[in-house]
Amino acid sequence: MAGKVKWVTDIEKSVLINNFEKRGWVQVTENEDWNFYWMSVQTIRNVFSVEAGYRLSDDQIVNHFPNHYELTRKDLMVKNIKRYRKELEKEGSPLAEKDENGKYLYLDFVPVTYMLPADYNLFVEEFRKSPSSTWIMKPCGKAQGKGIFLINKLSQIKKWSRDSKTSSFVSQSNKEAYVISLYINNPLLIGGRKFDLRLYVLVSTYRPLRCYMYKLGFCRFCTVKYTPSTSELDNMFVHLTNVAIQKHGDYNHIHGGKWTVSNLRLYLESTRGKEVTSKLFDEIHWIIVQSLKAVAPVMNNDKHCFECYGYDIIIDDKLKPWLIEVNASPSLTSSTANDRILKYNLINDTLNIAVPNGEIPDCKWNKSPPKEVLGNYEILYDEELAQGDGADRELRSRQGQSLGPRAGRSRDSGRAVLTTWK
Amino acid sequence: MLQEESDLSLIIAQIVQKLKGSNLYSQLERQAWASLQRPEIKLESLKEDIKEFFKISGWEKKLQNAVYSELSVFPLPSHPAAPPEHLKEPLVYMRKAQGSWEKRILKSLNSMCTELSIPLARKRPVGEQKELLNKWNEMGTDEPDLSLFRPVYAPKDFLEVLINLRNPNYENGDSLSFRTHLGLIQVPLKVKDIPELKECFVELGLNIGQLGIDDSTQVPPELFENEHVRIGQKEQDSAAAQQYIRQGSPTALRAELWALILNISSQPEDVLYYEQLKTNVIQHDLLVDSLIYKDVKLTASNDDYYFVFEDYLYQVLLCFSRDTSVLSHFAFNSASPPKSYIRGKLGLEEYAVFYPPNGVIPFHGFSMYVAPLCFLYHEPSKLYQIFREMYVRFFFRLHSISSHPSGIVSLCLLFETLLQTYLPQLFYHLREIGAQPLRISFKWMVRAFSGYLATDQLLLLWDRILGYNSLEILAVLAAAVFAFRAVNLMEVTSLAAAEAVLADLSTLKVMPLLQIFLFATVT
Repeated sequence: MAGKVKWVTDIEKSVLINNFEKRGWVQVTENEDWNFYWMSVQTIRNVFSVEAGYRLSDDQIVNHFPNHYELTRKDLMVKNIKRYRKELEKEGSPLAEKDENGKYLYLDFVPVTYMLPADYNLFVEEFRKSPSSTWIMKPCGKAQGKGIFLINKLSQIKKWSRDSKTSSFVSQSNKEAYVISLYINNPLLIGGRKFDLRLYVLVSTYRPLRCYMYKLGFCRFCTVKYTPSTSELDNMFVHLTNVAIQKHGDYNHIHGGKWTVSNLRLYLESTRGKEVTSKLFDEIHWIIVQSLKAVAPVMNNDKHCFECYGYDIIIDDKLKPWLIEVNASPSLTSSTANDRILKYNLINDTLNIAVPNGEIPDCKWNKSPPKEVLGNYEILYDEELAQGDGADRELRSRQGQSLGPRAGRSRDSGRAVLTTWK
Repeated sequence: MLQEESDLSLIIAQIVQKLKGSNLYSQLERQAWASLQRPEIKLESLKEDIKEFFKISGWEKKLQNAVYSELSVFPLPSHPAAPPEHLKEPLVYMRKAQGSWEKRILKSLNSMCTELSIPLARKRPVGEQKELLNKWNEMGTDEPDLSLFRPVYAPKDFLEVLINLRNPNYENGDSLSFRTHLGLIQVPLKVKDIPELKECFVELGLNIGQLGIDDSTQVPPELFENEHVRIGQKEQDSAAAQQYIRQGSPTALRAELWALILNISSQPEDVLYYEQLKTNVIQHDLLVDSLIYKDVKLTASNDDYYFVFEDYLYQVLLCFSRDTSVLSHFAFNSASPPKSYIRGKLGLEEYAVFYPPNGVIPFHGFSMYVAPLCFLYHEPSKLYQIFREMYVRFFFRLHSISSHPSGIVSLCLLFETLLQTYLPQLFYHLREIGAQPLRISFKWMVRAFSGYLATDQLLLLWDRILGYNSLEILAVLAAAVFAFRAVNLMEVTSLAAAEAVLADLSTLKVMPLLQIFLFATVT
């Protein structure tokens, strides 16, 4: 295996290119024989589209799964989670248990969401039940906070009502498709400001599910104080935490409005106590794993693929985490010096896991890297291990092994450390 | 024997006097009266029964804590004929130096005032008051023009003053000997050496469990952490808490433990007092307010850990500068509050006021004393109380000239002596290349390492400040940092390069460094 890995990318970012070069890999173009292609989501669509007839050989690896959009498109993610929950309910799994109001005890982690224009009428029914609520409109196919706005009156989305009545076919072009979700208007505030969590999760295979969580996630703070006041619904600096939005406000380039997750943990433990903080983090790990399990059956588990997702999570003031969305192509732009270091290390650790020893890959390998190469990643969930002997399941995060709660058969929601889960 | 007894009774009398004016006293009185209703209180044994009641209901503990708190803050008894200045600072040359330094600061403040034609204080017009009240929770978004304001002084200016301190009664001769102190501080104060420090900080020893070391992932929690946490949860006694915290505080208990040790309990009166201070801020604008704004904008707003709490810092510091209760600490602070005169009445004592009202002029980096506390307390009046108490117990010593063992002069001397005695090669090398170690470590000590260490490490360090009721640990840590990076420092050839080696302390783990330096270094 003496040859050097040949790489291609269509994303010109230094954090990527520096990592390839430091491994002594050779840059080639996509028409040549390549081993490793870090592609943008547009490219992956072409590569795996039916017309392209692309056939990846055993020594080629790409950084996306062919149908990643099942997880990363806002509408499909919700659809898959809803389907997953119904399936669990049908088979009588305790995970699908509901409370007296009909809310899922363990699987209620996505805010109520509807597709527009398709579910318009369902949405209106829900809206009328609590007319003072705020909802957030998000275009399905966009990123970086583009096109997002908040509404609190039906008149603000008249357009989609017309669309749902007049068109007899659902528009195939995804341009007009939106999701509308119940807006979390009681986010946990720190220093009076809203923030969200960005966590990186690496999936090397979906069946069996093997995923890793990057220990160095961060919080993104808004530059403006939060207010639920209806007069500020249009002020994106109050509501949207995307750096792409905030950097046009009163943005500071030294800290970039970012906190490490460990700062968050220290703050919460100091002000709220250790138990509720641990419970919160356990729940966050839980919802990430559940979201992956939800799409695993429909994912094309192509062995040439791995993927590093950017999970966006919001914590409300009752310390409940909500999954907002999953990004297939998390930004590799660095807004501060610390940011650059973090993203450089992220790519470095990702490559160490996805391309073992930095050698020419063989996609037939078992995708089980040794512990030493994990770097800042920790095993989040390993289906093979979980299904193995129960005695092996002493995987407390303190040993740098698998994180994650083991809820399940007990009535104790999310609390259980002793029971196990599959 | 007799002298001690009379000292003791003097102290007791003073403490009783102090406590009689406190809120706790009236609460105890009320409780005593109310207890008369209780069946177990009998007239024949009234005194004993009430005492017993106090014990059971926890009031005795509160009283104990209050007494302990006074004892911690109360300076040691001195000769009955000693004038009050001696309580502030016994050595004349130190007092004189502090006096001239204060004159300089005040001159600087007044000239800034004149240059910018801004009054030291002015009453806000009603419209402005309303605006400020609305914006109270987000003063950080205010963008006043601060470009013309300069901090009144920065730590390095203060260092120059300390370097020039001399005891006129001390002649150390011209000839260099192995005893010559090679550092910047040239005053003969007594500082501890490592054997004495080991005795003093005995709980940091190698065979004693510590948070910050023995709670790391490789160590099973059963060995130390679990038990330590369990003990901490039950604690109600100030003195015991102070002893306990020498081994570090669990993160979840820290806020309560610090409040217990500092004897802060948020009573309605305290909240009211804070609100009153807030009203003072709304009604009057002080020149120091702009200094505070500028300081926060320059330091905490740019800090990775503390930027989130920017608005809290204004809320605390603006109120702090109006708080006249802070003036009482000047009884044992070598500094004195600056005086200002009502316009046109210069020199007339009846028209003198303290300026700012709390007598403390902030310097560059002052807001960093408050910032770490925001990780523990998010209720403004409690945050305020804790900060104020921390200031009048500890922080004031870091920027006033005195001979106190926890004063900045002693800390500097302790740091230099430790380095010269135990790392002589390093010290000599740095001195030769023009990089006197104190020039680098001074800013760390003045700020109690705030803004230099990662927050969780800083809090572990401040745990020990509270636990030992002393700031000496700052000097020990500074020396330990130099010891840790000694290999790299030996290679540098300039002050700038030495600064670069020590620029980033954010990855340091404080407790292992201290433990190794004190207990594991071959001396």
